[in-house]
Amino acid sequence: MGSDGLIKRFSYPIVANDFTIAGKSSSEIKSNIKAIGIDARIIRKIAIISYEAEMNIVIHSLGGFIHCDLYEDKIVIVSEDIGPGIPDIEMAMTEGFSTATENVRELGFGAGMGLPNMKKYSDDFEIESNKSGTIIKITILI
Amino acid sequence: MKIVEIKEILNAKTLTANCNEETEYSYGFASDLMSDVLAYATNETMLITGLNNPQVVRTAEMMDISVILFVRGKIPSKETIDLAAENSIIILATDYIMFKSCGLLYENGMRGFE
Repeated sequence: MGSDGLIKRFSYPIVANDFTIAGKSSSEIKSNIKAIGIDARIIRKIAIISYEAEMNIVIHSLGGFIHCDLYEDKIVIVSEDIGPGIPDIEMAMTEGFSTATENVRELGFGAGMGLPNMKKYSDDFEIESNKSGTIIKITILI
Repeated sequence: MKIVEIKEILNAKTLTANCNEETEYSYGFASDLMSDVLAYATNETMLITGLNNPQVVRTAEMMDISVILFVRGKIPSKETIDLAAENSIIILATDYIMFKSCGLLYENGMRGFE
């Protein structure tokens, strides 16, 4: 265990615009945390958060990473991407607000629920964004 | 409602081999917006959708949803069906439109999750 209590970090590179494999990393995160033996409801929350974060990277950025940090009492999903960033975070946090293109909407995403969903299922939600990218840290107590 | 009954009511086919037709579902959630499924559905529901791509299965997988009904004659690709089978998700398909599918299921006792 590290000095900050981190037990293990699972990291996954996420490719922008590749919808054929989008969701695969969240699927792997889900299997990994399932193997640890956490309550199914909490696993579901983590999977949803990770999947929304992964789809955001695929849709809106030039690529990035999803990390799943395992601690004794919590799991932290860290989403970091390089890309244009979010100009107005408050707007982006509003349910229904989206900047996604028509072809993304055809895939069933871009309904403006991604960030609100991530916040809804989290115990703590932090977001930082500037013109070179976005970092989101979402904590789920276990 | 058992899968075998759902199939009969909707004149639906099973596209995955892993199907126990005696499994029962009491709730349905109908949407083509996967983010809404992630926000509002529960693991006990049957996902009813006309959206046809692998993200539908991924969404169900994250939610622990174990059955997906594709409406409007949508037949998912082999990759989508394989992904469902890998995750023990049953896929059903009907030619009926979403409104008719939901109406028939409701009439026969299926409900939305409150």
